Amino acid sequence: MIIDLFINGKKIQAETAPDQMLIDFLRGLGYKSMKRGCDTGNCGLCTVWMDEKPVLSCSVPAARAAGHKITTLEGVQEEAAEFSDYLANEGADQCGYCSPGLIMNVLALKREIPNPTMAQIKEYLSGNLCRCTGYQGQYRALAKYFGVEE
Amino acid sequence: MENTRFVNKGIVKKDAKVLLSGRPVYTDDIAPSDCLVVKLLRSPHAHAWIEDISTAAALKVPGIEAVFTYKDVPEKRYTQAGQTFPEPSPDDRLILDQHIRYNGDPVAIIAGKDENCVSQAMKRIKVKYKVLEPLLDFTKAIDNPIIIHPEDNYVVKSDIGNDVKRNICASQCRGNGDIDKVLSECDYTIDQTYHIKAVSQAMMEVFCAFTSIDIYGRIKVISSTQIPFHARRIIARGLNIPKSKVRVVKPRIGGGFGAKQTAVMEIYPAFVTYKTGKPAKLVFTREECFIQGSPRHEMQVHVRLGADKNGKIRGIDLSTLSNTGAFGEHGPTTVDLSGTKSLSLYRMEAFRFKTEVVYTNVLSAGAYRGYGATQGIFAVESAVNELAHKLDIDPIKLREMNMVREGDLLTNYFGEVTNSCNLDKCVAKVKEMIGWDEKYPYVKTGPHTVRSVGMAMAMQGSGIGGVDVGSVQLKLNDDGFYTLMIGCSDMGTGCDTILAQMTADGLGCEFDDIIVRGVDTDQSPYDSGSYASSTTYVTGMAVVKACESMRKRICEEAAAIMGLKENEVEFDGETISENDNPEHNMTLSDLITSLQAGNGHIIEVTESHTSPVSPPPFMAGAAEIEVDLETGKITPINYVAAVDCGTVINTNLARIQAEGGLVQGLGMTLYEDMQYTKAGKMKNRNFMSYKIPTRLDMGNIKVEFESSYEETGPFGAKSIGEIVINTPAPAIADAVYNATGLRFRTLPITAEQVLMGLLDKEEA
Repeated sequence: MIIDLFINGKKIQAETAPDQMLIDFLRGLGYKSMKRGCDTGNCGLCTVWMDEKPVLSCSVPAARAAGHKITTLEGVQEEAAEFSDYLANEGADQCGYCSPGLIMNVLALKREIPNPTMAQIKEYLSGNLCRCTGYQGQYRALAKYFGVEE
Repeated sequence: MENTRFVNKGIVKKDAKVLLSGRPVYTDDIAPSDCLVVKLLRSPHAHAWIEDISTAAALKVPGIEAVFTYKDVPEKRYTQAGQTFPEPSPDDRLILDQHIRYNGDPVAIIAGKDENCVSQAMKRIKVKYKVLEPLLDFTKAIDNPIIIHPEDNYVVKSDIGNDVKRNICASQCRGNGDIDKVLSECDYTIDQTYHIKAVSQAMMEVFCAFTSIDIYGRIKVISSTQIPFHARRIIARGLNIPKSKVRVVKPRIGGGFGAKQTAVMEIYPAFVTYKTGKPAKLVFTREECFIQGSPRHEMQVHVRLGADKNGKIRGIDLSTLSNTGAFGEHGPTTVDLSGTKSLSLYRMEAFRFKTEVVYTNVLSAGAYRGYGATQGIFAVESAVNELAHKLDIDPIKLREMNMVREGDLLTNYFGEVTNSCNLDKCVAKVKEMIGWDEKYPYVKTGPHTVRSVGMAMAMQGSGIGGVDVGSVQLKLNDDGFYTLMIGCSDMGTGCDTILAQMTADGLGCEFDDIIVRGVDTDQSPYDSGSYASSTTYVTGMAVVKACESMRKRICEEAAAIMGLKENEVEFDGETISENDNPEHNMTLSDLITSLQAGNGHIIEVTESHTSPVSPPPFMAGAAEIEVDLETGKITPINYVAAVDCGTVINTNLARIQAEGGLVQGLGMTLYEDMQYTKAGKMKNRNFMSYKIPTRLDMGNIKVEFESSYEETGPFGAKSIGEIVINTPAPAIADAVYNATGLRFRTLPITAEQVLMGLLDKEEA
């Protein structure tokens, strides 16, 4: 089936199948920032935005995106730069594989709650797994980005 | 330490910007769209014999390119473990085998134009199994009537104490002094068995690889691997073709932690490409990462520890039984660390260390950060904590009395002496960091909650002494920037960056003047790979040597142009000047320009390094937990650690390595548990049921460094990557004891077990 949607502000018309998930649809179109880390919606690596709200692209059928606005990390490079720099300055990027999903969720949090507490930050991001850093370096970056105590 | 501009600083990773932008740099991101999709049909039985297999119906599915079974693959056995020749793991597997040895063992390889047709074809393969009784209890493996490897083309390549007809993959025994006599004389002994189960590395990037035929007709493998050079050998042997016909390239890697020190799945797409000539790709699902990964070896460690009435440890008799699963990958070697890296934490009069590694009908184990040391340290450090309680001595005081000190001959460590050991300072530091004296053994925090503390020490190695090889090539380019060609794999750990830091300091240039390139087996200098905590220590020394050679070559060539001898000039990183007349000089940029213009003396140097020793990093860790005595719930509050990894090369990256390793250790202590059904099917094969710590499960982590200086290491460095996973299990187990009086000798320690233990205690 053919669907029309917006990806990173650009109007796109593309072919999908009823059982195709958004992650595979997007990656097939060349947007590769979202990664598949699990089969069960647990890891957060595939996070993108649908109408500016974070969704797990592995759990959303591509057909559902018809008529909606999809945003991927490729589309918010400028907005992501500040937090990315904080991560890099802590060395908390490590393998980098979970970073795009985390960054998308952090930016969504910033839009939703501009001045969150550390507890709100932890809760909001609890679905973003990372196996390299033990999260502590991410917290140092998050504390600086949101201007809160660690 | 000498003055450095980049070493011992928190330099940002060279690849950080690109990684954080989400650009396509990982294996699956860069696989061409015309790759055949490869999938594996897996056995639903833990032990079986394929009586008949029919692929005719599968081959009729439109889009299917090929279906392969055991009838199609070479009959020569090989191993997928990535270690230096002669790889100690036996050659015990075929690409596909008629004899099925675990639930999930591949039965057929299916390749087709897309996922859909491959999945359809998979359902149409008809297999008739003769189901055999599986051998699942590793404590009953030896001399069991069920023999995992009865075949006669099984190959043992070195003396590993193998007795395959008794299911023994490897065995050994060594010691020093009369341990039985010493233990019989001891006032106090601890005689306990500890059980560490298999756990999964759970790196975020799944196993994946794609293959094609290159322009010279060779098989090119792009893989998320820690061991490109070993992978070349493994794939060549598996396909039974010359190594010259295989090229392995690693792009960016999304984590490894040892999982990718086994070439778990490269052989399948490589086989498809070898047979069809077409590009092929295999990306494991997360489920496949669990059922055909390379988890930690399950071990049962029996400790007999003896001490005098004052708490002086006199001897330890350690016996480890290790479960290598269906195949022997890393079996003979992991088990050794359970004794070398645990016993050597203490001074003692006598020891014995005995190991047996057995085959069973579960997936093959492999390398996971800590590599056997984690298991051995859980046992020995738990036993030492038990001794402290038996003697009613503070566990920290007991360590102070018995721990290894700088200058000591290490107890069970290849006759090596430790010349860089700040373990005593690490112990003192964690005592202060956690507030031990105020909190030990516990503080009541509510009507049914207590906060308690526990501690442990750990060590690891720095590379494998006399075995690991690191090499780098340095090339001087236009304007005076350098290319650093490396053969070790940056898997997110940041070795590209730390090796560039060392190079920039070694050459006196800017950090950005170093371009790092790795790894392509056709282009990179040979390196054993990124494992065994070797990269900083071993490859780092190759960098130090290469910088010296590069400086020498620069001086030689500049002196020749300036009409001087090599020893009459000096190079400060930018300019080569005459010693006695600094006004007479030339810039590096002018030198390379003249060398590139008809001179014929282009400067490139290659240096290799092998260390005869493996200087241990040391550390101490302490846990503070809260236990709810009504529910059994254990909440991690604080985990503190002090690490002596020698000179810290990158202050940020070393800290992150430590924090990440501690949380992995916390995961295996409290949450992670590979469980099987009675028939040998893995039950928890996804992140829904196999729980790795989320950010809500780990409490606060705090790490400090207590650096010694290791003379044989680059800039005084030892290793950091693995050691950091070793302390949480024994420290938390003792904290649980301090809170509840319950001693757990099997991991993980769950709320359910704590509660049941408390109820049992009440009843008694």
